[in-house]
Amino acid sequence: MIHLFKKKKKKDTRPKGGIRLPYVGFFCLGIFFLAVIFADVIAPYDPQEGDLFSSTIPPVWQEEGSLAHILGTDMLGRDVLSRIIHGSRMSLLISVGCILFYGSIGVTLGLISGFMGGRTDMVIMRMADLWLSLPAIIVLFMLASVHGPSAKTIILTFGIMGWPNYARIVRGECLSLKERDFVRLARVAGCSKLRIMFSHILPNIMNTIIIMATIEIGGIIVLTASMSFLGLGTQPPSCDWGLMLAEGRQYITYASWLVTFPGLAIVITVLGFNLTGDWLREILDPKQKLR
Amino acid sequence: MHTNNDNLLELQDLKVSFFTKQGEVKAVDGVSFSVGKEEIVGLVGESGCGKSVTSLSIMRLVPQPAGKIVSGRILFKNEDLMTKSEDQMRQLRGDRISMILQDPMVAMNQLLTVGEQLGEPFRFHDKVKGSLRDMCIALLGKVKVPAPESRVDDYPFQFSGGMSQRALIAMGIANNPDLLIADEPTTALDVSIAAQVLKLMKEIQKETRSSIILITHDLATVAQICTRVLVMYAGRIVENATIKNFYKKPAHPYSKGLIQSVPVLGRPVERLFSIDGQPPSLFEMPEGCRFSPRCSRAEKICFESYPPEIMLEDNHSVACWLYAGN
Repeated sequence: MIHLFKKKKKKDTRPKGGIRLPYVGFFCLGIFFLAVIFADVIAPYDPQEGDLFSSTIPPVWQEEGSLAHILGTDMLGRDVLSRIIHGSRMSLLISVGCILFYGSIGVTLGLISGFMGGRTDMVIMRMADLWLSLPAIIVLFMLASVHGPSAKTIILTFGIMGWPNYARIVRGECLSLKERDFVRLARVAGCSKLRIMFSHILPNIMNTIIIMATIEIGGIIVLTASMSFLGLGTQPPSCDWGLMLAEGRQYITYASWLVTFPGLAIVITVLGFNLTGDWLREILDPKQKLR
Repeated sequence: MHTNNDNLLELQDLKVSFFTKQGEVKAVDGVSFSVGKEEIVGLVGESGCGKSVTSLSIMRLVPQPAGKIVSGRILFKNEDLMTKSEDQMRQLRGDRISMILQDPMVAMNQLLTVGEQLGEPFRFHDKVKGSLRDMCIALLGKVKVPAPESRVDDYPFQFSGGMSQRALIAMGIANNPDLLIADEPTTALDVSIAAQVLKLMKEIQKETRSSIILITHDLATVAQICTRVLVMYAGRIVENATIKNFYKKPAHPYSKGLIQSVPVLGRPVERLFSIDGQPPSLFEMPEGCRFSPRCSRAEKICFESYPPEIMLEDNHSVACWLYAGN
């Protein structure tokens, strides 16, 4: 007779209008990807070419602004808008490079750790603990100063530093999945461990990996910007938002647009990735809470 | 126990334990039995008595690292499986020894097509001749899945329970194994589908001439297709009888109880028969016969030491002190 006592329907406690949030994220990401793909077409000027006669022109809505440079120009007379648009490519390159690089290391180690168990698991997990106890920023400084600051160095150092998070989450999922019947069936059929790990377990973890990647990309963009700001990332004259911030810093009192707009670009992109990540988590993985 | 060369599989004093925080759990404690060629043996017992663990040990797939085969020998075609390496075992699994798992709805990976999974036994034992897809279609046809040509590309969740079970059987018999272990293949199915599946298994067994170990707690299933019954209780085999003997003159009080507790259609009863008490906790096994605390005919000796295996006649043995005198 249990069915007679129907459970009271739980009140929907989600904030109203929450459903509209992904559109904000999509919108931000839309702008970002438009900039990435059509940088050459949209950007009004060559981002590298300056004209010293038109140095530090303020944006169009200020008194001395001109329509020729909507967001103004920097000290060397380079168009800020064009530099921001081209800078999006660098952000995407670095963040996706990082995610792919350390994601694949983390996922592989996590799968091995979770599936093999025993001593292998212990060694990998203790290594992850060790890694997490290292102050990441200091290691980044060290590696960047040894290998010379560049986009490649950033990707490599983040790759070396970032895997434990992935490894831990993938291991956790793997631990529960490997007790499932379909894994037993695969073993009964005579599949090798590699086959079980990568063809049976990995597709089942893919949701989590995608969600993690989307959420982490935002963090990486901020980190690379800080690295460039500190002079350890990409080097002039390449366009990079963090680098633009660093270059504009000394003129902040009378040319605030030099830091405002690159900063806004970072905010919009990170917000876009984070909101989209949250939305993805909600639809792909409603039961699970990530960290 | 002597080694009989006609036996396909022979377990000798198999002991499997799980090591937990609360201590050692002896899930299987000294099981010996043999399976002849083309024989269908039923392994019967309550949940948790060690049926599944026994079968997993034969495949050497006891859940690691908690579980461990402590001692005993597993002779398959007179070769001791305990001495095989993991790689050698993998060669046997899905090829010479195969298994059908319990719950068809969760046994398959929901993210791979049925065909992809059906092909695994072929692919990993280098048995692919011609098109793998055609082999899978033929296999599905063999277990009577309708329209196998289109079904092979379906995902497991598009299959009904009965069809999933057929697909699992197909996977089990893909390489015509010598030994097929079916772990409660009909438990998750309704009665009419279960009957079809059992009929199918029997047909296939006739065709492939493999031996089957059928694990179940359903005596009706056993009666339908088995030739011999092994009754397991709390990690040990208590009775080993041919199907006729088992139903006509069950010897062990536990077997008697089991048969009595099956309701018979058309014979109204006031109250269903049940065996008093609970199976013993695996942490605290009774000293003597494991069934003694629940046994209505238990004597002093039953509480003191475990009864030996007593042969009543050919192909009928029982582990019970009641028969020790004869």
